[in-house]
Amino acid sequence: MSSTVFLDAKALACPMPIVRARKAMKDLQTGDILEVHTTDKGSVADFTAWSAASNHVMKDQQQEADVFKFWIQKG
Amino acid sequence: MTVNMWKAADVARKVIDNKELFILDVRNADAFEDWKIEGHQFDYLNIPYFELLDGVEEILPRIPTDKDVLVVCAKEGSSVMVAEMLSDAGLTVGYLEGGMKSWSMYLEPIKVGDLADGGELYQFVRLGKGCLSYMVVSGDEAAIIDAVRFTEVFTKFAEEKNITIKHVFDTHLHADHISGGRAIAAATGATYYLPPKDAEEVVYDYTPLEDGLTVKVGTSQINVGAVYSPGHTIGSTSFVVDGKYLLTGDILFIDSIGRPDLAGLAEDWVADLRESLYVRYRALAEDLIVCPAHFMIIDELNEDGTVAKRLGDLFAENHGLNVEDEKVFRSMVTDNLPPQPHAYQEIRHVNMGKIMPTDEEQTEMEIGPNRCAVR
Repeated sequence: MSSTVFLDAKALACPMPIVRARKAMKDLQTGDILEVHTTDKGSVADFTAWSAASNHVMKDQQQEADVFKFWIQKG
Repeated sequence: MTVNMWKAADVARKVIDNKELFILDVRNADAFEDWKIEGHQFDYLNIPYFELLDGVEEILPRIPTDKDVLVVCAKEGSSVMVAEMLSDAGLTVGYLEGGMKSWSMYLEPIKVGDLADGGELYQFVRLGKGCLSYMVVSGDEAAIIDAVRFTEVFTKFAEEKNITIKHVFDTHLHADHISGGRAIAAATGATYYLPPKDAEEVVYDYTPLEDGLTVKVGTSQINVGAVYSPGHTIGSTSFVVDGKYLLTGDILFIDSIGRPDLAGLAEDWVADLRESLYVRYRALAEDLIVCPAHFMIIDELNEDGTVAKRLGDLFAENHGLNVEDEKVFRSMVTDNLPPQPHAYQEIRHVNMGKIMPTDEEQTEMEIGPNRCAVR
């Protein structure tokens, strides 16, 4: 999936992945897609809940080895 | 204002001493619904941390100023952030060091009572997960039953008391938590016992825990006697300690009974569960004090923090011991069971010795409540 902006949040512990993603999202337009990579296991539940609570759309998510990847569309 | 770091032990004191506490839990709503820190007089507010990134002003009116406030999250990071925001807003609050992970791991040893000739029975209460382990102390010897995986808590306790751990038992192959039994036995030279019917797939050596087996602990020769009581698992075995205490494992709890389905054989084991509860236990003295391997709800704790009650009282009060109709009983323990414990299949495999996960993986597997009962 193509993304507008890529955010590397690997090796960051909660709450930093969400804090960074939120900041990156502010600079995007509605419909743009933010791609985030994390390694914190808790980020899977957090990104899902945060997207829903912020009216963003989780377009796709994958896991490759220890890295979690999210594609979130700005709502 | 200040931000105080609380340890799990500080929270445990609030629970055991029946104190008030206001918990601001900043995990996701489903994580909070699933599992939280329970206290007799605790109040809660659950707001995920990511909803507070713009500021905490909106929740300030909902946070009391006349009692201790503790911010809690999964691991710690988010609770520190939110606690600092509240502190900047003028409140004095604390956060829980290590978050729910440390809460899940904390063990509080509490004396249940005295045994013959100066012997003692201790219960190790794992408040966060509702697991209960036991140590029988007599003279310079000890026996341990259903130890959780934090083996140092037990070995240090024994060192401080200058006693040698001689016998380590598991009442059954656990599915909700990882046993520390084998590791304690290996570290101390004690004998490790497991019911052979639960051990068909284990890949290590053990001493069979058979019905009627008796060991004597210490100079006063306190009896720890095994009573076969299947139903939660096919090997589940109870213990009578010093003719006073009945350690029921996961067969009988204070306000519930064991579920028969965690090894995938609910239908087969219902009759065993019924026979253990309604026939074998009925044959025992009603004055025995029941000491289970779990509690499910905070109301099961006694005033001193222990979880223990007279068998005769349970016959009168525990709903699971008062279902006359066998069909109703069968339906109760096989239909509409609560969700199974987190990662219970993997946990069984760890306890069989088939897999050896890292400490971090073990912590992750054990997240959440024990869920070993049917109410």
